[in-house]
Amino acid sequence: MKPTNYKDPEYFHKVVDCQYACPAHTPVPHYIRLIAAGKYTEAYMVNWESNVFPGILGRTCDRPCEPACRRGRIEEEPVAICRLKRVASDFKDDIQQYLPEIPKTKNGKKIAIIGAGPAGLTVARDLAPLGYELHIYDDQGKGGGMMRSQIPSFRLPDSVLDQEVNVILDMDVIKHFNQYVTSLKSIVDEAYDAVFVATGAPKGKDLPNLPGRWDAKENIHIGIQWLANVAFEHTNKIGKRVLVLGGGNTAMDCCRTSRRLGGEEVKVLVRSPFKEMKASPWEKEDAMHEDIPILENHVPKSFISENGKLKGMFFEKVKAEYDEKGKRKLVPTGEPDVFIEADDVIIAIGQENRFEWIEKDLGVEFDEWDMPVVNETTFASTREGVFFGGDAALGPKNVITAVAQGHQAAISIDLYCHSKDINERPGPGVTLISTKMGIHEWSYDNGVSNDIRFVVPQADKKITLADRKKEVELGFDLKTAFKEAERCLNCDVQTVFTEDKCIECDACMDVCPTQCINFTENEDEQDLRAKLLIPAMNQDQDLLVSDVLKTGKVMVKDEDVCLHCGLCAERCPTAAWDMQKFMYNTAKAGC
Amino acid sequence: MSYIKPKFEHPRAPKNELGFTRKEYEGSLSTLCAGCGHDSISAAITDACFELAIEPHKVAKLSGIGCSSKTPAYFLNNSHGFNSVHGRMPSVATGANLANRDMVYLGVSGDGDSASIGFGQFAHVIRRNLNMTYIVMNNGCYGLTKGQDSATADHGSKSKSGHVNNFEGIDLCAIAIELGATYVAQSFSGDKNQLIPLIKAALSHSGFSFINVISPCVTFNNNLGSTKSYDYVREHNEALSTLDFVPVKEEIVTKYDDIEVKFVEMHDGTYIKLNKLHPEWNPEDKLSIINALQVARQKDEILTGLLYLDNNSIELNDLIGTVKTPLNTLTEKELCPGSVVLDGINASLR
Ligand SMILES: Cc1cc2nc3c(=O)[nH]c(=O)nc-3n(C[C@H](O)[C@H](O)[C@H](O)COP(=O)(O)OP(=O)(O)OC[C@H]3O[C@@H](n4cnc5c(N)ncnc54)[C@H](O)[C@@H]3O)c2cc1C
Ligand SMILES: Cc1ncc(C[n+]2csc(CCOP(=O)(O)OP(=O)(O)O)c2C)c(N)n1
Ligand code: SF4
Ligand code: SF4
Ligand code: SF4
Ligand SMILES: [Mg+2]
Repeated sequence: MKPTNYKDPEYFHKVVDCQYACPAHTPVPHYIRLIAAGKYTEAYMVNWESNVFPGILGRTCDRPCEPACRRGRIEEEPVAICRLKRVASDFKDDIQQYLPEIPKTKNGKKIAIIGAGPAGLTVARDLAPLGYELHIYDDQGKGGGMMRSQIPSFRLPDSVLDQEVNVILDMDVIKHFNQYVTSLKSIVDEAYDAVFVATGAPKGKDLPNLPGRWDAKENIHIGIQWLANVAFEHTNKIGKRVLVLGGGNTAMDCCRTSRRLGGEEVKVLVRSPFKEMKASPWEKEDAMHEDIPILENHVPKSFISENGKLKGMFFEKVKAEYDEKGKRKLVPTGEPDVFIEADDVIIAIGQENRFEWIEKDLGVEFDEWDMPVVNETTFASTREGVFFGGDAALGPKNVITAVAQGHQAAISIDLYCHSKDINERPGPGVTLISTKMGIHEWSYDNGVSNDIRFVVPQADKKITLADRKKEVELGFDLKTAFKEAERCLNCDVQTVFTEDKCIECDACMDVCPTQCINFTENEDEQDLRAKLLIPAMNQDQDLLVSDVLKTGKVMVKDEDVCLHCGLCAERCPTAAWDMQKFMYNTAKAGC
Repeated sequence: MSYIKPKFEHPRAPKNELGFTRKEYEGSLSTLCAGCGHDSISAAITDACFELAIEPHKVAKLSGIGCSSKTPAYFLNNSHGFNSVHGRMPSVATGANLANRDMVYLGVSGDGDSASIGFGQFAHVIRRNLNMTYIVMNNGCYGLTKGQDSATADHGSKSKSGHVNNFEGIDLCAIAIELGATYVAQSFSGDKNQLIPLIKAALSHSGFSFINVISPCVTFNNNLGSTKSYDYVREHNEALSTLDFVPVKEEIVTKYDDIEVKFVEMHDGTYIKLNKLHPEWNPEDKLSIINALQVARQKDEILTGLLYLDNNSIELNDLIGTVKTPLNTLTEKELCPGSVVLDGINASLR
């Protein structure tokens, strides 16, 4: 193999598993160390820079970082990255003084943002400090999009949402709320320099052809609409027996909300096996904790009603079979259909986009699935000056993805408004700095904590089920937060090897607790992987390969389960290993 | 500075026949100087015991005084240990071995510990053919007391302060062969591929096994002009053989009529496969190897590999007919067999 090129920022970026997995590339270990140091406001601002909604995301993020966390590869559970983010938010001081200044004199460019969800707000946040005149349109009365209309208050209190949304709206953003945009043409006809479409995926899927669907329609609800009605207080009760159809996170929010509006026997029915449900494991756990059974392998057959009043539903029982390619098929078990009684049914089986307000002759192309044709890097549509982001761009995902796409779209809009090529993307800001403080002293806490993951305490179920707005999770206290933060392995403190210092004494190889380090003859990557002390099977993780050493061997380090403990560097007599802090900041608009 | 090793290991860390990973054979985090050759030898001992699947509680590790003699703290934390007085490890090993022959005895010592203050003890434990493995971590100096020349420092070797040694160095392997050691090997801390099989074979040998491992002292004797530095040893290392250790169960399928390769059956039924790099030398012929050592000395070469092996010797316990049962498990019944037995003994002496 060729020697590893440290100059390529992507090499070490990939080693920081959590940051790499985060769509917005939040520097996770960096803010976790700040939390451990008691610097909550700084930790919050590091997050705010990168993911815009630390308090919201610290409660609701889909957390793609956690399955990626290295800790999960060396023991059972990853670091509670998400809930540590909430700690930064819960314990921060006033952040006003750290917010960017908004120029009084604008730069003469006018931008329309349609949709005030996380994608739209991110674009506003990124462009406002650059002096843009920003007009934001939304049919709701307040900003937040689905974070307000869908995510229930028992998971995300209004106060947290309001605070983080208002920080952005207060950046001189001109609000056109309670205004549904019925024509994109009417917007582009106004003198906007660019338009950002961030209207989400607001339509809930229905089962229009299921027998009996329209017989008792007062008691059959579409999940998304129903949740919005609850959020905006148009709905405040539901029957005692509730069936929720669907296995995603919307279904989990519907069933748990039902429990709070009078549902006593709430059941979730999923077509698939339990383990293949789309909902996150923690959402399923929380639902079951609230006495909501999840019945797997139940396919809805028909609604049964009497005199316009819903009685219940029939379900067919199926089992999953898989072909050689692992593709799933649900086949009937042959058992008689099951009847389950119900006063209300909530259909929570997915969302769709809604673009009938975009005229077909504007030059904004749509594909065969009626989705806009959008460049996945620049988020440009096929019409110049019109950009898409969030659920409206590439289909429903989550808040952090909407934020990440918002950042990219903001860069494009800024480049576009300055007549620059939007395909020439600005690179990340990268630094690599030694943490050495003395012979064996580092500026980070290199000791590896043996603690297992701490559980976030929850409020008493009696209280939370009685009050829809009472937040269930209480968040870590500071003592626990510190211990949880100490579980972080500091994957951004990199092991940097300098071949001409190495005397090949083997000390680093001998001390490495996970046997990552090898001195061996060079080979092709796959041969090298196979012959290491412990073969490097995880192909997603790179090998760090040195240039040829004095004896003709090379140093090869498998990054896979390196603990970043620094023992190699401590035991190295010549400082051929150094522990260097790697900082990777994705580019923002205007940088 | 870190004092505690993380408890985590590689999730796919291999397990030996006992179901243990290497972790079970490790010791505490070393406090020796970073880069000390002794740490590599500790790692080699760890590997050898792990790979042989020795039950850790069946091992007694013994040492004297010196950086080298501190190393038992850095390997086999689950084994028994005795850190004795300077140069007195052989006495303690002899006593322990006679009292309980069921254990594996592993002595580690330094060139100061064995070739100066403990030279007398070293000689006698060899000539008694005590069943143990004796490893000298040889750095040509007294590391622990800040690097004074030791008795194994070579004539003409230069110390860190620039002083040149005018005395003849003691060749511990030559002495060991001369005094009747039945397994003698020489190696380099920086060559684990050679060292680990040598340690495994030594542990499997019945009788006295001696391994002299050149082990650079990075702090006091790794300078230009020293004959025990990493660079010097690498340049002057002349491997006589490579050695593979073949566990009992593994079948030997390949037939080698080539004289360069030789299988030697060890006392416990394991084999070593010797790949001889110098055909004129025979590990079972004392004369040839004494000769080889002399020639190497003239050529400034350091001969490494298995030097000498006598598989037919009788170890001390068998020689003097000690009781097979460990003394600590003998009960009053066996120790005080009663007046009838006593009368019998008395009668036999009349
Ligand atoms: C029940 C439910 C729970 C969820 N829970 C989570 C969670 O816990 N964590 C997570 O990360 N994600 C969650 N999501 C997904 C997440 O809410 C979305 O992915 C995210 O909000 C998308 O952001 P966006 O900015 O693209 O669009 P949205 O948040 O959907 O915002 C779009 C806004 O545009 C408005 N709008 C639409 N069309 C027009 C128009 N023509 N004119 C004017 N305004 C318009 C909408 O009313 C809305 O306010 C959940 C989704 C649902 C349905
Ligand atoms: C009876 C006695 N005399 C002298 C000493 C001082 N002393 C401690 S270690 C040592 C030499 C150790 O040299 P070596 O065995 O080569 O070990 P190294 O540190 O080089 O590994 C000496 C002379 C002592 N501890 N005890
Ligand atoms: S930091 Fe060094 S010693 Fe620690 S696990 Fe990584 S490679 Fe091994
Ligand atoms: S500890 Fe340092 S000098 Fe020794 S082998 Fe490792 S990198 Fe090289
Ligand atoms: S003084 Fe020399 S022998 Fe002792 S620990 Fe340091 S390097 Fe090793
Ligand atoms: Mg010494």
